[in-house]
Parts: sequence; structure tokens; C-alpha cells
Amino acid sequence: MSSIAAAADGFADRRGSRADRIGDLVLRGLCTLAALLAIVAILAIAHQVISGASPAISKFGLGFIGHTTWNPVTGVFGAGVALYGTAVTSAMALLLATPLAISIGLYLALMAPGPVRAVVGPLVEMLAAIPSVIMGFWGIIVLAPWLQGVDPRLHQGLGFLPIFGTADRTGTGLFTAGIILTIMILPIIASISRDLFLTVPSELQDGAAALGATRWEIIRGVVLPSTASGVASAAILGLGRALGEAIAVTEVLGAGNAIHGSLLQNGDTLASKIAEQFTADVTPLEVPAVFYLATILLVLAVVSNLSAHAIARRFDVATAVSR
Amino acid sequence: MSTPVAQPRARRPRPYHARPLTPSGNLRRRQRISRLTEGGMIASAVIAVGLLALVVYTVVVRGASAISFAFLTQSPQVVGNGGGQAPVIVGSIALVLIATALSMPIAILTALYLTEFASSRVANVVRVSLDVLNGVPSIVIGVFVFGLLVAGSHHQSGFAGALGLAIIMLPLIARATQEMLRLVPLGLREAAEALGVSRWRTVFGVLLPSVVGGVLTGTVLAVARAAGETAPLLFCTGIWPNGVSLGNLNPFAHGVANIPVEIFTLSEQDDPHSFTQAWGLALVLLTFILVANLLARTALARSRRVQP
Amino acid sequence: MTDVTEPQPPPRETAPRPRVWIRSDAPPDAPARPSAPLAGPAPSVPPRAERRTAPSGEVVFDTRDVSIAYGDKVAVRGVTLPIYRNLVTAIIGPSGCGKTTFLRSLNRMNDSIASFRLTGRMLYHGHDLYGPDADRIEVRRRIGMVFQKPNPFPKSIYDNIAWAPRNLGMRSGLDDRVEQALRGAALWDEVKDRLKASALGLSGGQQQRLCIARAIAIEPDVLLLDEPASALDPIATAAIEDLTQTLKDRYTIVIVTHNMQQAARIADRTAFFSVDSGSGVLVEYDDTDIIFTRPTDVRTSDYVRGRFG
Repeated sequence: MSSIAAAADGFADRRGSRADRIGDLVLRGLCTLAALLAIVAILAIAHQVISGASPAISKFGLGFIGHTTWNPVTGVFGAGVALYGTAVTSAMALLLATPLAISIGLYLALMAPGPVRAVVGPLVEMLAAIPSVIMGFWGIIVLAPWLQGVDPRLHQGLGFLPIFGTADRTGTGLFTAGIILTIMILPIIASISRDLFLTVPSELQDGAAALGATRWEIIRGVVLPSTASGVASAAILGLGRALGEAIAVTEVLGAGNAIHGSLLQNGDTLASKIAEQFTADVTPLEVPAVFYLATILLVLAVVSNLSAHAIARRFDVATAVSR
Repeated sequence: MSTPVAQPRARRPRPYHARPLTPSGNLRRRQRISRLTEGGMIASAVIAVGLLALVVYTVVVRGASAISFAFLTQSPQVVGNGGGQAPVIVGSIALVLIATALSMPIAILTALYLTEFASSRVANVVRVSLDVLNGVPSIVIGVFVFGLLVAGSHHQSGFAGALGLAIIMLPLIARATQEMLRLVPLGLREAAEALGVSRWRTVFGVLLPSVVGGVLTGTVLAVARAAGETAPLLFCTGIWPNGVSLGNLNPFAHGVANIPVEIFTLSEQDDPHSFTQAWGLALVLLTFILVANLLARTALARSRRVQP
Repeated sequence: MTDVTEPQPPPRETAPRPRVWIRSDAPPDAPARPSAPLAGPAPSVPPRAERRTAPSGEVVFDTRDVSIAYGDKVAVRGVTLPIYRNLVTAIIGPSGCGKTTFLRSLNRMNDSIASFRLTGRMLYHGHDLYGPDADRIEVRRRIGMVFQKPNPFPKSIYDNIAWAPRNLGMRSGLDDRVEQALRGAALWDEVKDRLKASALGLSGGQQQRLCIARAIAIEPDVLLLDEPASALDPIATAAIEDLTQTLKDRYTIVIVTHNMQQAARIADRTAFFSVDSGSGVLVEYDDTDIIFTRPTDVRTSDYVRGRFG
């Protein structure tokens, strides 16, 4: 590409009019400026968020991460509760969504007949297009009441596990948030997985079939191993999405100020806490602490995003991941 | 002593390859396992489509009762439950238009930079930046815009919200444009160059026109995404000092009402009228988004089939 | 000694009788026609003392008037072709004559194509390959295939070969099985020190022999080879060709090749397919010597002398 640019420039020097040369320069300048804007934007975001947080960072240091109180009155804040909620809901969404999404991807890539694939594929992508505020609203109105009935049964059946220890009877809580997040990250992982599975060469699958393997054995032996790193990358992209989801989670979480062992109780996530604070009255003391939360969230999101791309690049995965 | 009974001659076992072609050995079990997993795969697809249907059904059923001509064209009454949600809808349109105007030119120029001008090292940094920008949670973008424009001046600003939306749209449009530009065959550029046509004329006269369709499609998808974003707008448009009316739309002076934040606010109130209004808005928003997505994706699919 | 199945005479039908006959039968109404004098040089058929043409005469595949179509397109029409045990049977012909389609039908690899239709009878050791009781996975277990382009799995050499036996439940004695398979494919000495290395690091010829080893590891009855050497250099090709001569003691081999000289070198019997009004047909099927030195059909003699592609 750049050699063509060089050649074109050389050409213009010899034959172009002055207007042409100025035009080329202006265009190149504008494009470069625009591209640099992307870099500037990230740096500006990081700078703004960190500097907004600096009073809180200097006051609480890294202990902020573990501290679990959030008291606007005394001015003592800590990210512990929110971090716990983020970790738990995102992990739950990842664990539930990934196998389901891989299944969907396998179905769309290897099993669905042409017309079915052409319809179901876009439908799965539509699921990703539903805005978070509508998902959250649906969560309060439809999912939470339904889970109100299900939660106690989960507690009865699986109560020996600490994550189902006690059950608030509200239907809201970290478990509900986890379900909503699962639904929201499912389509991303499924679409990328489907694209990856479609790239597995048919000769490999033919070779496996010719050895008398069943369809599942071909999937397990050839399709999944050769796409494993790409699928992992897709899952981490989904994780990043789950980490940052604020609105839908806020709507289905009740007020939660402490870390509870049980998922069936309320809590907070980083993103939802930030959203909450900005819709309620915010004391000046709190603002830097909220910025601190945003900093942590930014770091988590960027790290997961970069990891996803690093995994994809390192194992030479097709550009399906960079959607 | 009894005579030995004539024994039938022992049958030689048939060699395996001559046995019938029915499953032998562990094949039946393996077939069962395979059928089970196939069933699981189909079930998972059904679940996904079912979830979509469930959410859409809820929105349609509950929102339909709120929709009326008045809903779409009137402002809410200051007192009481009457009126419609026109300012909110108009506000969303305004914000998205501003965001598109901000992000689209920059995105196209960035994509041009990546495909036409950049050396590989700088291009890599820009590409990574775009990817990272895409992965920044929208709530953090909201915090950023808040800190940049709202906190200091102590007044809400619709423009700040539009800026946040623009940041979200930028990587999406840039990526779509980049993909379209990559599809343009090298020969086109070389032909223009051989004719002595300058770079900028090639770009505006040849390259951009050939990718217009794809870029528009990518923009439509980005618009659909921005239309549904709540987090960047929470901080900037949450409070309208003078109530909501159609005359109140200067984005620089104060916040601008918009659909997602309105749904969010209404959903936190605990009365049925609010909920109905919220479902109505949700129906409008979801219809727009799903239709936009469908159109854009079919257009993309059709163009991909045409391309080699 | 296994049961010997005599092929039945082709069923009576109105279509022209295919020109197929084996040595023991003379066609009842063959017109007395002098064989066309050979105008140019035909590929020489090396005299091979050990070449057998029909040692037991046992038929492995009894193909009777088989036609194969994809939707409206008839790829292969009216093929009657008995394939004999422990022989190398080559299928030659110009491109588009349905050789690969026919080959892939022998182990039901065409099933994955939605519009695939097969009419006629294809019997394997007397059992209908396409009958309602026939399980396609079982078919592929017994009838193995090696493809044109080597397609090793992205696994280690050992795992490539051990994968299918593991599926089949043969978990004990895997090491021996892998070694036997690699020896049978004449690859053992070259890779015995690096069984855990990735199979993708092998050369093309080695990869193809690996694919052969992979196929014979599950002890099939038949090996179908679809132009196995067309992507390989001459030395690797020679190695594959030598393999066919050793493997035919244990397996029945059917090989599709566009290289006539190759067929002349390695095949005991040769079937010549050609295109006739848009579909592939079997023109002539006989001992390799006869096909290349005294073919009966003028199309055959044209082809073996390179008169048309």
C-alpha cells in the first residue's frame, strides 16, 4: 500500500497540477489527523477517568480495591462489593453462555440446512442488537418475577452450595443479573464461533468422516481443536462485554451494600454502581470514588479486550474475531 | 454303545467384512452419543431464537397498548398522565444525528488512512486503538464525557451525550469502511494512478463512490447501536430544567430528552402508567433497531454474494 | 478360502448393453470386428510376472447399472463394474467423466451432498450399500479412503493414526497398531523417532503416506484412492505407487487417476470412463494389458494414445 502511495506521490510531482498536490497533501493530512484521533480518544478517556479519580486514589490507594464499605456520610469508600459482584456475575455469564454459544455456532455452521441457517443466523445476531435498557426492563418485569418462584427452588435443591445459600424473595439479585448477562453475551460468542467453525476445511472433515467417525466425533476431534483458540478469544470478548454492562444490570439489581455468599441475594457490580451513583444525588466526596471505580472497570475491560486479540493473533486466527 | 449322532459341520464364522452393513462393535453407542449431541445443538439454537422471540413478544404486547398517534406526536402534559412522548423521540433523533455527523467523517478518514496511507507500524497502533475503543464500556465513556464537559461547567449538555455516542459509533463505522475499501480491487487504484490522476481525486472520484453502499450499511448498524445506548447519556441528559417540551431542544444549553434514558427513568418508577409509557418507547426503539439491523444485514449479505 | 460370488449377468434392459466383460466370459453377441490397429505408441505395460488379474475372482463391489445424479445433472450413467478382491483396479478417463463421483459413492461419501441420488444396485460382498439397513458409518469403517490432497489432522503423527482406533474403542495395543500402520505405509522408519511431532511438519509425500497409514490403522477391507499422487512430486509419487503393490495383498484397492502411465504401471484391471452426452459412462473395463495394448473400443484407444484430453 505505501509503495503505491510513494509511486502516486512521485507521479503527482511530475505531472500533477498545483491543485492536485495541495489536494493530496490536505487529504493525507486530514486522514492522519483522523486516525490519530482514535489514539487520542483512548488516551483522553484514560486521562480523564484517572485524573477524576486521583483524589480518591491518593486518599485510599490500592486498598480501595479490597475495602467493602461505601459510606457517603463518612467519606469512606471501597470497591470490594462492586468487584465481587462484577466477578461473580461475569463468571456466571461466561460459564453459562460459552457452551451454549458454541453449541449454537456448531449448529449454524455444521448442521443447519441452508435456508434454516440463513434465517436463524441473523436472528441470533438480532439478540445482540437488543439495547441493554430494554433487556434490563424485560429483566425486571418478566425475568425477576419468574425467578422469584425459581430462586427458592434453587435454594432448596442446591442450597448446599454456598452460592445458593440463602434466597431473598425479590427475584432480583446477582443471579438474575448473571442470567441477563448470559443472554446478552450469548450472541457475540455464538456468531464468532459460527464464523470460526465455517473456516475449518472440509477436507479435514471429509478425512475424519472417511475414517468412520460419527458427526460428534468429527466435531470433537477436528472442528473444536482446530478452532479452540479462536473460540477462547471470542469468549473473552464476551467476558469484556459482561464486565462493562451497566444499565441492564442496574435495573435487575436491588440495593446491595455487602458481599453475600449467595448469588440469590443482592449486590452490586462496578458498572452498575457507577450508573447508580450518577442517577442519584452524588456528594462531591463520592465523585472521585466513582471515578476510581470507572478506572478499575476501564483497566479490566481494556485488559480483556487486548487479551482476546492477543490470543487470536498469536494463534493466527482469521479476522472473524475483529468484528 | 450308542452310535454317535452325525454332527453338522461347524460353520465357519463369516469374516467381518462380509457381515451385513449394520452397525458393529461400539457403533450403536457412538451413534447414540452423536444423536444426543446433535439434539443438544438444535436445542441450543431453539433456546436462542426462543429468547429473542420472548423479549420481542413482551415488548410488542406490552408496548402496543401505549402506541397511538398522540403518543408519537404530542408532548406529555405537565400535570397528569396525558400526552405523548414526542420530545423524547425527537430528542433521540437529534442526538443520533449529531453523533453521526461527528463520527462518520472522522471514521471514513481514519479508514482511508489505514488502507491508503499508513505504514504498517502506525496502522497497527491505530487499528489496536480502534479495537480498544470499541471495547471501552459505554458507562466509562459516559463518565469520560461527564468529566470532560459536564462536571466542570455544572450543566447538562445534550452535545456531550452526542459526543459520547459518536465515540461509540466511530470504531464501528471505521471498521465497516475499512472492510469495504479492502474489497476494492487494487487494479482500480492502479488504473487511476496510471492515468495520472491525483490521489485525492482517486479517493473522492473512484474509491469512495464504490464503497458508498457498504459504508452506509455500516453507518446504519452503528446508528442502531447508538440509538439504544443509555449509559453515555445518563449523565448528560438526566435533568431537564424547564420540563420537557419540543422547544427545549438546544443541545448545548442543556440536556436533551432521549428514549433510552427515558425508559430507564420510567422503569425505576413504580407505577403502571410509567411502565406503559416505557413499554411504548421500548417498542418504538426496538422496532427501529431490529428493522435497521435486518435491512443492513440483508444488504451486506447481498453485496457479499455479489463480490467474489 | 472365502465364498466365491459369481457376478450375475446384467439385468435385461432396453438401454444399450455396456461393453463390459471379463476374461472368463465371452460376450454372447459381440460383433466380429477386427481390433483397430494401433497407429501410435501406447504406454508400455511393463511385463510383470507377478501381475494377477483375477486370482480368486471374488467380487467385492458388484455395481449394476448405477447412475448418479446431483439434482438434474446426471454425473454418471449406467455403470456396471465388478471390482475384484485383492486387485488394484484403476479408473481412468478425462476430467468431468465422473470417476471421483463414482469412487466416492463406493463409501457413501457423497451422502453429505443434499441433491445426491443413486439409482441401480451397488453391492458390497453381497450387501446393498445403499439399502435401508446399511449404516453409512459402518460402511466407511470397512471401506477407507485417501484423498487427492493430503489432509492430516493438526495433531501429532501418533494421534493422527490413533484417533480413529480410539473412537472405535481399540484402546489397548495402540502403540503396536500405530507402528503396524506406519510400517504398512512405508513411513515407520522415517518418523519412528518423532511420533509426537506435529503431522503438519511432514513433507507432502510423507503426509500422504500418513493418510494411508491412518486409513489402514482401522483394518479396513478396501482402500479407495482418489488421485493420491497428483499433488506430489515424482519421487513421492513412486513411493505411493510402490505402496499399492504391497498393500493389495491385504486390501482391495480402487484408484482413480488422471495419469494413464500410472494406471499402466500399477493396476491389475483398468476401467475407462468417458463423457457421453453430458454424463460419465463406463466405456471399457478389462485387464490393464488389454486396455493399453488391444482395447476394443475406439474411444479407449484414442484416449490411451492421447488423442483427446
